[in-house]
Amino acid sequence: MSVAMSASDITRALTRISHEILERNNGSHSLTLLGIPTRGAHLALRIAGIIEGIEGAAVPVGTLDITLHRDDLRTRPPRPLMPTKIPRAGIESRSVVLVDDVLFSGRTIRAALDALGEIGRPKDVQLAVLVDRGHRELPIRADFVGKNLPTSRSQEVKVHLSEIDSLDEVLIEEGGTQ
Amino acid sequence: MKHLLSISDLSKSDALGLLDTATELARVSDGPMKKLPTLRGRTIVNLFAEDSTRTRISFEAAAKRLSADVINFSAKGSSVSKGESLKDTAQTLQAMGADAVIIRHGASGAPHRLAQSQWMTGSVINAGDGTHEHPSQALLDAFTIRKHLSHGENDLAGLHVAIVGDILHSRVARSNVLLLNLLGAQVTLVAPPTLLPVGVEHWDANISFEFDDVVGNVDAVMMLRVQQERMQELYFPNAREYSRYFGLNRDRLKKMKSHSIVMHPGPMNRGLEITADVADSARSVIVEQVSNGVSVRMAILYVLLAGAPIEMGSLL
Amino acid sequence: MNKNIFHLKGGSLASGEKRDVVISEGIIKEIGVSITSPEGALVLDVSDSIILSGLVDLHTHLREPGKEDSETVRSGSRAAAKGGFTAISAMANTSPVADTAGVVEQVFRLGKDAGYCDVFPIGAITQGLHGRELSEMGAMADSAARVRIFSDDGNCVSDPMVMRRALEYVKSFDGLIAQHAQDPTLTLDAQMNEGVVSSVLGLKGWPAVAEEAIIARDILLADHVKSRLHICHVTTAGGVEIIRWAKSRGMNVTAEVTPHHLLLTDELARSYDPIFKVNPPLRTEKDIMALREALCDGTIDIVATDHAPHPAESKECEWQEAAFGMLGLETALSIVQKTMVDSGLMNWVDVQNRLSIQPAAIARYQSQGLEVRVGNRANLTVINPGKSWKVDRDLVASRSRNTPFHSMDLPGVVTETFFNGRATLLRGELVQEMSS
Ligand SMILES: [Zn+2]
Repeated sequence: MSVAMSASDITRALTRISHEILERNNGSHSLTLLGIPTRGAHLALRIAGIIEGIEGAAVPVGTLDITLHRDDLRTRPPRPLMPTKIPRAGIESRSVVLVDDVLFSGRTIRAALDALGEIGRPKDVQLAVLVDRGHRELPIRADFVGKNLPTSRSQEVKVHLSEIDSLDEVLIEEGGTQ
Repeated sequence: MKHLLSISDLSKSDALGLLDTATELARVSDGPMKKLPTLRGRTIVNLFAEDSTRTRISFEAAAKRLSADVINFSAKGSSVSKGESLKDTAQTLQAMGADAVIIRHGASGAPHRLAQSQWMTGSVINAGDGTHEHPSQALLDAFTIRKHLSHGENDLAGLHVAIVGDILHSRVARSNVLLLNLLGAQVTLVAPPTLLPVGVEHWDANISFEFDDVVGNVDAVMMLRVQQERMQELYFPNAREYSRYFGLNRDRLKKMKSHSIVMHPGPMNRGLEITADVADSARSVIVEQVSNGVSVRMAILYVLLAGAPIEMGSLL
Repeated sequence: MNKNIFHLKGGSLASGEKRDVVISEGIIKEIGVSITSPEGALVLDVSDSIILSGLVDLHTHLREPGKEDSETVRSGSRAAAKGGFTAISAMANTSPVADTAGVVEQVFRLGKDAGYCDVFPIGAITQGLHGRELSEMGAMADSAARVRIFSDDGNCVSDPMVMRRALEYVKSFDGLIAQHAQDPTLTLDAQMNEGVVSSVLGLKGWPAVAEEAIIARDILLADHVKSRLHICHVTTAGGVEIIRWAKSRGMNVTAEVTPHHLLLTDELARSYDPIFKVNPPLRTEKDIMALREALCDGTIDIVATDHAPHPAESKECEWQEAAFGMLGLETALSIVQKTMVDSGLMNWVDVQNRLSIQPAAIARYQSQGLEVRVGNRANLTVINPGKSWKVDRDLVASRSRNTPFHSMDLPGVVTETFFNGRATLLRGELVQEMSS
């Protein structure tokens, strides 16, 4: 097990991502952030906080649960649904930034795009992730990446956030019997 | 959870999990929702050996919103009503590859028989069996009560619900008594003594023969349908006398607490157990119960069918 | 070696005395300590076992004529032999109903042909079991079957006037009216005992009072006309009380209890498995305790099986569609040992009384239910009470498999049954051909 990102690495990465989002979108007026539960939701809130600090105005932030759209439901016991909370203004004609902790196969994001499609038709959709660990199985890439982390398939990337895990860190663990 | 046969099989966290799932599904359904892909490729059979258009349609809508393939196997003209045995029917459904059977049946325990026999391997969902239980109805009732009265609490602790009418023959009452207790609510059954089962004193419920004593003290009044033929079976003298003592009318509605709600599983006998003005009053959540029914049934299908098949899990 | 000379070596009589028993020429030839084996005798070491007078059942449903796929007189007789019975009483609810001399003689002859035990037909009280006109009870009594018990079992004779006439009519030939006590209007469509379990399961309740009201009425009627009344399968604590009262007043009533009502309760219905559906229904723990006490103190005179075979399709269905009834012959003695002997309520003398001597006396079966004494007909049952066995519905001698005791471990293995001096069951195996 090794530490891939420390708490200050994470903070720095989120600050950089926030600036990049603002730059790409010419400010925050058209932005809506949607975090993918569980940890993506907390990251989205943090990014929204940083953006508000920079811009001086609140940015709409919500959550988007993708469970109902997963293509691997039948491989595991049923999972509880996480809340989907769309900001009151909706997503119609907004620039939606999906936020997740780790980008891996891309299947989660595929499901998120499907879930988003049920809700409305945004102007465009962008993707921000804390860690991109490679091994994509779908033609999906992130627009904003905290850190590119080369891994082998058997390794596991664990993101801990202080909101749920009592501290911020990203760990790489050697896989057991995957 | 593989089957939903009786509320007594649920733990409190199972029940809350179903309600929470239904809450999320209702939120998704509120949007301009088309279809969720969640149960794509799953085959669900509606085996209705007894007429109940409402429940069948509700389950069918739930299954279709989750993209399951739905096969309706209904009573009229089907072999179930012509005396083909339940076993033969089950084996047919098995051969058709049913992942789940939603069964409505006139015989109490028929869903248990399906689930416990070796006749089929899919999930069994009880959509009302004889005078035994109707778990999905109780879940949608609890969902409705929670939405209106729980003040953000997870369960129904501190609430008091009156169930009024033909308790003896009511599967809705049996499931509701179990679920409301599981979720922390207090239950009072109101009925003439003839329409209470022998043994009811062992249920977790207060008993009253006086609707007027109860109506002002509860947070929800759940009226049960009274079948006309009960009069011929001597359970009460006539409709007028029944309405006078056990019907919900405007006078009784006035006695209710200001926040309390009126419920009915439907279909209603307007003028018998409930007057038309009460059924259509602002207190009535009867129409909302129907729409909540779809979300709750989606949640049941999701919890039972979305994950890995139970058999597969046990192999790991 | 002569096939029909047996030396039972080292066994105990019901009293507990260790005695050898020699069977020959159809009778008990010799009883003593350490007898020398007679020439040609088959010597059986029964030193762990008890030798009882052959068991007598007053309540057996054979399905012949009419439903031979469920049971025949022969298959039922074999089940009886396997359970230690040397006499059974074939209930009248066959198709056609045993309400004429012709039908009872047919059943009687089929029993003789099978040769495993005495098969005494019971005649219907009313024609077609409809509860209206009396059947030809005199002709049945006079027939070769010499019927003495009459019953509409399965149906209750609910009309008090019909019941009164029947009780009076059978007096002329010392007949016995055996009543299935069940008020029909109080039990319309009833499915199981009415109580807390039925309230939860939503199965229509069968109140105890529906049984007790008929018991009380019939006891008063029988006493009024000074006839003999037998109450079939008593199941309730209240019924026991009424019979106890009647006996304390010297009224001429006898009663039976089934093995299943001594052991199983209505809690089993929670499975909705109709294997536990029976008429009268399984009752509560409290009733079971009252029944055991009553069997012990003699308020209930006998155990009768109410052996009721049904084909698989009658039980592989919804509870309310299923047939009432369960198998009983092959498990009866073990259940009685489990509930009455191993619990310390009764000894083996009591068992012999309740399952052999008393039933034969009530039914006037002269050649049955005799003490194990030299010169008596050799109708004997040998049970090893120290051994246990697992009930397997696939191994029953009955043609049907509807035993509620499947996979249960029961005490007491019946190893030998002797009927008129011939072994019908030997070392736990049915003798394959008995007809002479
Ligand atoms: Zn009977």
